[in-house]
Amino acid sequence: MTTTEQPAPEIGRDRRRKEDRRLITGRTRWTDNQALTGLLHISVVRSPFAHANIKGIDTSAAKQVPGVVAVYSAADIGADQVQLPCAWPITKDMKSPQRPALAGSRVNFAGEGVAVVVARSAAIAKDAAELVEVDYEELEPVLDMEEALKDGATLVHPEIGTNANAQWVFDSGEAGSGGSVAEALKKAESDDDQIIVRRRFRQQRLVPVFMEPRSTVVDPNSEQLTMWSSTQVPHILKTMLALTLGLPEHKIRVIAPDVGGGFGGKIAVAPEEVLTLLVARKLGKPVKWTETRSESLLTAHHGRDQVQELAMSVTKDGQITGLDVKLIADMGAYLGLVGPGVPILGAFMFNAIYKIPAYRFDCTNVFTTKTLTDAYRGAGRPEATFGIERLMDEAALELGMEPLEFREKNWIKHEEFPYTTVSTLTYDTGNYEAATEQAKQMFDYDGLRREQAERRRRGDVKQLGIGISTFTEMCGLAPSRVLGSLDYGAGGWETASIRMQPTGKAEVVVGVSPHGQGHETAFSQIVADQLGVPFDDVEILHGDTQSSYKGLDTYGSRSLAVGGIAVVKAAEKVIEKAKPIAAHMLEASEGDLEFSGGKFTVKGTDKGVGIQDIALAVFAAHDYPEGIEPDIDAHATFDPENFSFPHGTHLCAVEVDTETGFVEMYKYVCVDDVGNVINPLIVEGQVHGGLAQGIAQALYEEAAYDDQGTLLSGTLVDYTLPSAADLIHFDTANTTTASTTNPLGVKGVGEAGTIASTPAVVNSVLDAIRHLGVKDIDMPTTPYRVWTAIQSASGHAGRGDEANVASPGAGLGSTARDMPEGGNL
Amino acid sequence: MIPAQFDYVRPTTVEEAVQALRDGGDDAKLLAGGQSLLPVLRLRMADPSLIIDLGGIAELKGVREDGDSVVVGAMTSHYDVARDDTLRQHVALIQEATKTVADPQVRHRGTLGGALAHADPAGDLAAPALALDAQFVIAGPNGTRTVAAADFFEDYFTTAIGEGELLTEIRFPKYTGWGARYEKFNRVAQAWSIVAVAATVKVDGGSITDARIGLTNMAGTPVRARGVEAALVGQSATEENVRQAAQAAAEGTSPTADADAGSDYREHLARVLTGRAVLAAVG
Amino acid sequence: MARIRTTVDGLVYEDDVEPRMLLVQYLRERLGKTGTVIGCDTSNCGACTVHLDGLSVKSCSVLAVQANGAEVLTIEGLERDGQLHPMQQAFHDNHALQCGYCTPGMIMQSIDLLGDNPDPSEQEIREGIEGNLCRCTGYQNIVRAVQDASSKMKPGASATQQSSAQPVAGGGA
Repeated sequence: MTTTEQPAPEIGRDRRRKEDRRLITGRTRWTDNQALTGLLHISVVRSPFAHANIKGIDTSAAKQVPGVVAVYSAADIGADQVQLPCAWPITKDMKSPQRPALAGSRVNFAGEGVAVVVARSAAIAKDAAELVEVDYEELEPVLDMEEALKDGATLVHPEIGTNANAQWVFDSGEAGSGGSVAEALKKAESDDDQIIVRRRFRQQRLVPVFMEPRSTVVDPNSEQLTMWSSTQVPHILKTMLALTLGLPEHKIRVIAPDVGGGFGGKIAVAPEEVLTLLVARKLGKPVKWTETRSESLLTAHHGRDQVQELAMSVTKDGQITGLDVKLIADMGAYLGLVGPGVPILGAFMFNAIYKIPAYRFDCTNVFTTKTLTDAYRGAGRPEATFGIERLMDEAALELGMEPLEFREKNWIKHEEFPYTTVSTLTYDTGNYEAATEQAKQMFDYDGLRREQAERRRRGDVKQLGIGISTFTEMCGLAPSRVLGSLDYGAGGWETASIRMQPTGKAEVVVGVSPHGQGHETAFSQIVADQLGVPFDDVEILHGDTQSSYKGLDTYGSRSLAVGGIAVVKAAEKVIEKAKPIAAHMLEASEGDLEFSGGKFTVKGTDKGVGIQDIALAVFAAHDYPEGIEPDIDAHATFDPENFSFPHGTHLCAVEVDTETGFVEMYKYVCVDDVGNVINPLIVEGQVHGGLAQGIAQALYEEAAYDDQGTLLSGTLVDYTLPSAADLIHFDTANTTTASTTNPLGVKGVGEAGTIASTPAVVNSVLDAIRHLGVKDIDMPTTPYRVWTAIQSASGHAGRGDEANVASPGAGLGSTARDMPEGGNL
Repeated sequence: MIPAQFDYVRPTTVEEAVQALRDGGDDAKLLAGGQSLLPVLRLRMADPSLIIDLGGIAELKGVREDGDSVVVGAMTSHYDVARDDTLRQHVALIQEATKTVADPQVRHRGTLGGALAHADPAGDLAAPALALDAQFVIAGPNGTRTVAAADFFEDYFTTAIGEGELLTEIRFPKYTGWGARYEKFNRVAQAWSIVAVAATVKVDGGSITDARIGLTNMAGTPVRARGVEAALVGQSATEENVRQAAQAAAEGTSPTADADAGSDYREHLARVLTGRAVLAAVG
Repeated sequence: MARIRTTVDGLVYEDDVEPRMLLVQYLRERLGKTGTVIGCDTSNCGACTVHLDGLSVKSCSVLAVQANGAEVLTIEGLERDGQLHPMQQAFHDNHALQCGYCTPGMIMQSIDLLGDNPDPSEQEIREGIEGNLCRCTGYQNIVRAVQDASSKMKPGASATQQSSAQPVAGGGA
């Protein structure tokens, strides 16, 4: 196998994915595909009310249904005593209500489970679940975050005495990383050369909507209790199940098989996961729970949902002097695994790419009687990026400056890196000028500005708007010491192991847990280059805590920037361990060896031995140096020193139909700097998907509740996701400044598109119709909202009779109410 | 999710279907293409005890000419309606509207009769049927009867089809040579119409000599924009004339207000979209 | 219970099913054809798309009894003798999938689309797959894959196009 030719580097190649074959042929292992002998199915009885006392539950009729094995209320299986974990107590005095696996005496959001039916089929379980009679005493719902914080407000959890979960504050004056914003704003107020721009923005509530509904199967009958689950976090789940339920951790095995998307929505210890486990243990039988889409929309955690009050002081020639951020964030009814920390991640990102001398961030988390919120693609950083990038446009407008020029005047110049920001992060590398220049050229920025002016002059029905977002994000979560300083419940390291097979193949076990990202391909490329073995000789193992026994899973654009580096470190250890054996085989001294292209060679000679041959030699173990173990396998844990900071310039053009309010995507260009690229195909795909989600927040998606706390967007009819017909071709490109915080120079790309795109789109919508007097439009910028904004700006008050109800038409909106019984087809 | 239990029969003639309806009583439900019914059953918003599948009745499928009419069997799929040459030639409007219904998979299964009988106010086929003065042939225990479109749609999800009856045919007068446009307005491609306008127009020598306009989702039933029709006739087909005439589009409507639109917005959309639909139909 | 006889991916099956059983459930739970997946309950997502007598349908919105006497082609029936269907190959070549959950339905619908329109424009492709939701790819590479497959499946370019519309006749062996 030893050759003298150097193989072409794998890193940087647009390798087609190893994962694809099983996915395009339908041979995939989704959790719901599990069919174990004797498998039982559960259906969860859920509260239709947002807030109610449970006065009684009658399960007798349900128990009579043939095929029903058991019907349990919370107390029957101890589900009401469970405290589902929140791993991020953001302050010492954070209020943390008990979150049970099933509600015992009170439900706190519509959709909360109150009982569970176990049956031989999912259909029978559902049949019987409909027969469970629950006597509810309705309580006042708590729906408005700001109202919820007022004195005398109805309390979601009376036992904690407040609807405020926690208040988290960062002040650069106190931290010593900058001045006092209070002073900066005070000074600006009395300074004729400064203005203060104040805005209030709303981050609507969203649902992650991974395409694979969640599913969990528990088999209690092997040496280790085995849970298959559609999760992003098998390792965290395993440890949390042990801690939450008091089970010995070594008796639990969690497997995340193929997982159909997550986007943060599967970072959880879900009540249903615990419930499935409790039922399986109680009955001693394997049990499956698979949610329906409507169940998923109702109960899987939601994302975003903030009110942002922002104030920026800026000199009239365009220099920012202070930024004050006040947030209220809706936690929903309970705290999710990392829910309270999500808005806090934004604390480090509101200052974005700009040099801001004084900064304050003050976030209050609030409980309401809605589905809880937690991580959704970007988690805290899209909210912050939206706030600052909208505010940059608003400030530029008030200053009468071109929005790109205003940004450039304030951003960190490429020669100023590394740069420590007012929120205490040190950005290692970046070049905002380069990305922006390339984006402008690809976009034909000046040409579109001319077209915009022309359309405006002509008074076209379809006006053109151009929106900008120059963003950065912190990713590669995370340095453990930083997480410690933020009171997060775990570290941010990642692990990898490499097991060299006798035949020279490499099994690489990783702690990150993919659900569409392409780890098997990208990590194979890394290992191929590190060890000099063929790409196809590498197998990436993941997602099963029995093989991958240690890891912190996948979120926060960490898989490559942290997990990939662990792979590099493990490969380095393999080479290190192989070196004395190679020296022995080559009858040379270690100091005379060099490793390159998969081969140890004796410097200055053509004598060499390949790593794959060494693997066979240590397997045979017939002849190896004394005093060392016959083994070149290695395990490594990598704890990053710093985050990585991808950035980019996104330019969006939309057409707004001023007669109907309809917004149509016209052109989208983004140039992202994600550091060194392992696989450009995967990077591009991540950007495309991220853009689609960010654009959808701007234009389409919202999880809306009515005044009783009922989710209106409870099916995909009402929760409007864009299809291919709603989106356009995106022009994407990369500039590269290698990250200096890790040996691969990579940054992370999973969330970039989502973080950057939302403000670019909203800025473009407003840019199209600002000349008509429109100042702001809440997201999603629906046709109705756009039209209403235009009408109000021109002094036409609408009738304002729109209602927070689903349409009486539109298919499922009211079929329940109005479907005739007989007759119709 | 899985529907609740039901019994199932698959008649092969209209007579058998009528008999099955009689046998099934109040709790029987007819299954046509099932593209609205099955999601409703799956969400358990309805739980009929008997499903009568009309898919086996060959006589309910197909398009044929009958003198001055084109007759479409109630169980003709949207897919077949959309590609039928006879309809293209004589009833282009129903074809234009059908092409906008849902998505290709749904159009493969969904049927013209099923959609019309379902009578969702946001459904796309009722307004063109009304505009086209379609006739609805309904079979029941006492034989068949024919109902005019104007009398067929009674309210939200309610039609003139009585208990024990089923829709068998939709008869369209021929509009040979008329221009047609279905102007659909929705938030995303998958979404139902917030408002839509079905317009078919006859133009002779640059003048509009006849016009038929129906509105989707401007009331519990489709609405005919007769004021606009009258205002258009005799006008030269200029943008200004059409837009002027379209100002009457919301007259006589009673649009609902929901999260997607206030009633004033729907009225405004009706006017704007009517203008656009007519201009497109004029060509 | 109702007795049904169907041909699925070239094999004939006879089964007693509850009338309420959905075609997708029948495929997954009775035939073990778990390649076809369920993504929603309102026929929006299209993940469950299969071909029924040569036309794409959402198998969550068809009862198993309605498939009696019909031929069904699923994602599992596309591969022939280890050869991917050109559409499967195009999805792989163009990185048109990430998590892969929408992929079976997306591929089945894309094949149907080319059956109706062998040379679609970008817009026609986008509209042709508007009944299939993807949350990972932003659709761009899916569109690219369909364009790629279209060029490779053009009459004369390959004989495999026919496999799209017609299940394997007589036994799938």
